[in-house]
Amino acid sequence: MDWERILTLVAGELFAPTTAAYALAAIGLNIHFGLTGLLNFGQAGFMLLGAYGFAVSTIAGYPIWLAVLVAVACSVIFALILGIPTLKLRGDYLAIVTIAAAEIVRIVGRSTALTDVTGASSGLRGDSYKATFQALSPLGDGSTALGPFSYSNSSSNSWWLRIVGWLLVALACVLVWRLLRSPWGRVLKGIREDEDAVRSLGKNVYSYKMQALVLGGVIGSIAGIIYVLPRAVQPDSMGRPMTFWVWTILLLGGAATVFGPVIGSMVFWAVLMLIKTVMREVVPSTVLRAEQIEQFGWIIVGVTLMLLVIFRPQGMLGDKKELAINVR
Amino acid sequence: MRRATSMDRSPLTRATVLAALAAMLGLVLATVGPGGTAAAQTVACAPDSGTACITGTLRTSAGQPAVGVALEVAGPGGEQQVTSGPDGRWSLPVTEAGQYTVTLDEATLPAGETLRDPANNPRTVTVSLGGVAAALFPLGTPTGPAAPSGGATGDGDAPPPATGGEPGLDNTVPGTASGGGVNWDRVAQQASAGLVFGTLLALASVGLSLIFGTTGLSNFAHGEQVSLGGILAYVFTQLVGLPLLVSGAIAVALAAASGYLQDAAIWGPLRKRRVGMTQQLIVTIGLAVTLQYVFQFFFGAGSLRIVRSNPETVALGPILITQQSLISLGIAAAALGGVSYFLVATRVGRATRAVSDNPALAAASGIGVDGIVRMVWTIGAGLAGLGGVLMGLYLNATAWNMGSTLLLLMFAAVTLGGLGTAFGALAGSIVIGLVVELSNLVIPSDMRYAGALVILILVLLFRPQGILGRAERVG
Repeated sequence: MDWERILTLVAGELFAPTTAAYALAAIGLNIHFGLTGLLNFGQAGFMLLGAYGFAVSTIAGYPIWLAVLVAVACSVIFALILGIPTLKLRGDYLAIVTIAAAEIVRIVGRSTALTDVTGASSGLRGDSYKATFQALSPLGDGSTALGPFSYSNSSSNSWWLRIVGWLLVALACVLVWRLLRSPWGRVLKGIREDEDAVRSLGKNVYSYKMQALVLGGVIGSIAGIIYVLPRAVQPDSMGRPMTFWVWTILLLGGAATVFGPVIGSMVFWAVLMLIKTVMREVVPSTVLRAEQIEQFGWIIVGVTLMLLVIFRPQGMLGDKKELAINVR
Repeated sequence: MRRATSMDRSPLTRATVLAALAAMLGLVLATVGPGGTAAAQTVACAPDSGTACITGTLRTSAGQPAVGVALEVAGPGGEQQVTSGPDGRWSLPVTEAGQYTVTLDEATLPAGETLRDPANNPRTVTVSLGGVAAALFPLGTPTGPAAPSGGATGDGDAPPPATGGEPGLDNTVPGTASGGGVNWDRVAQQASAGLVFGTLLALASVGLSLIFGTTGLSNFAHGEQVSLGGILAYVFTQLVGLPLLVSGAIAVALAAASGYLQDAAIWGPLRKRRVGMTQQLIVTIGLAVTLQYVFQFFFGAGSLRIVRSNPETVALGPILITQQSLISLGIAAAALGGVSYFLVATRVGRATRAVSDNPALAAASGIGVDGIVRMVWTIGAGLAGLGGVLMGLYLNATAWNMGSTLLLLMFAAVTLGGLGTAFGALAGSIVIGLVVELSNLVIPSDMRYAGALVILILVLLFRPQGILGRAERVG
């Protein structure tokens, strides 16, 4: 077995753009669930909307800052639409509505009626919207090797994207860290623990929940942009499974912590890569086909999610006493 | 705070439900009058003000004309047969506008040829007088719906080849069509399709609602119980080779057993540990993910056809419906009637509703709550399995993601009817079925599930307790 190649692949996952994108999405979800206790099962919908908003407006000829602004605006509107009917109701209504709304985004995006805009189920090619982001890169053309890792400087799955992606993750971590200690963050945590108590103190719970939903959704939409920059916008690859991986990442790392989502994302993708590459080496292809190994990896993720929630709901970094996940 | 079923609360409600059941049975028992059969014609067809043509050209995967392939066209103008000519062309004149179902007899295809998209046979075309409607059947290797792998593998630049899609979302169901104008015949056709779809959906959602009512759990893995039923039916008909009725019965029995085992192995112990409802909800999601990939692992990501023969259609007035759908409708109505009788008229059924109303009080008055919950899981999973078998037949194929696609429609139905009320789920499902199929008249068919989900959001906005729910439990 070629351990050097396997370990290089696994270590590469630790700082891959996809890992950064999932970490960002999990940070957004952390604001929803970890801080406020909102059950958002539509994080992939925010990501897909962000991706569409960015890609479609770039293809329409907008500069990059405007395209990002469009993506953010899409997610703000989406959060408002989701929040207005559900934030006054019990928690699991929000779960059902968010998962349904994310599906609506995907179904409408992949519909043949919108082929001109979204490319229907085959999606939008990466080349059609990457140019503005790559033009910002100060690294120039060519590729650079750093130890065993060799990536291109600016195009697609590049060093430039890694730098920007992880800078955004760091910024989001600082934001969450400040929020956790701000009066605003304390109100959110109060809502998570006992909504009625906060209401009796004269706080507008509905408005606070809405602010949290919008903020987490905006971070989710930026995660969506990072996610699609090295690949294509493909509605079917950003469906419910994506939301569930984000949840697994958050619960693995530890909800209501600053670094939980980041650690969770790194461990999730590195371990998944380790399992898959080792199985590809060990198991002959006559026993398991390549896609079966892929599916086996996801089965392990599903089982992990179940076991985590039952036996260690606080995850790797969390504090069991702080986080009492339950429906109010 | 417990939610309550309101089954006994309003006699009006029960009357409505019984009326709906009676209407469904009536449709089943209605006369089965086949349309007049016209003589087979192979003359070339020219459209004029009184006739229209349905035509097509069949080419093999190598591009050669496919000669002598038999096709059958059924619709308002009667039934006609045609075979493709030496140039692979076929055409048929019809003298009445409307929807025609074109069925290609796969046995008559040239040796080694298959349909590229078996789910697209039979296909429906809309014909207007003076026009030509094309019904194309591409030949080649079948391309089943590929899985949205959902992962972050392959950081490729180009989008992967267009993936297929989801059962029921991308395949048109026989007897339904999209696009075109709105006329009464089409409305009737879509409404009947909606009624069938809604009734089959109700089988799945009643179980979801009962489980929510008795345990308070929103079971996101209920869709996989539906997939399980469909896949088991596929296993026993196609892999074991049993007749459909027997394998369907085995599938339902095994699905019910899976519900019993699931409660014994997972949910019962979790209730004992007093694991919170949100945690249990996330566990159901983990279970759903696990089961989806287990199905994919063993049966692949393509679609699985439970039966290979093509269903025969019958005409009821302006409505075209397959015999299979009529029989499914009958079975579903009987099963739902049985469950209703059980809940309303038997002692155990009353105990179930008592647990649903208030488990603590039910336990205090001597009802074995755990036993009732176990039974509800068994019945719910069995009904979902039956729904999966029938839905797999109705949609022409089942697949690993059939249930998860339907899950949100079930939730929409259950929420619309009032979470936790069994009869609400039934009424909600029929409304959702009608909405899904009727919305086909005005929006593209691959968006039709989105319409039902929009209703879900609107219901929560204006009447969060649903049609039959009680207002006070919300909030």
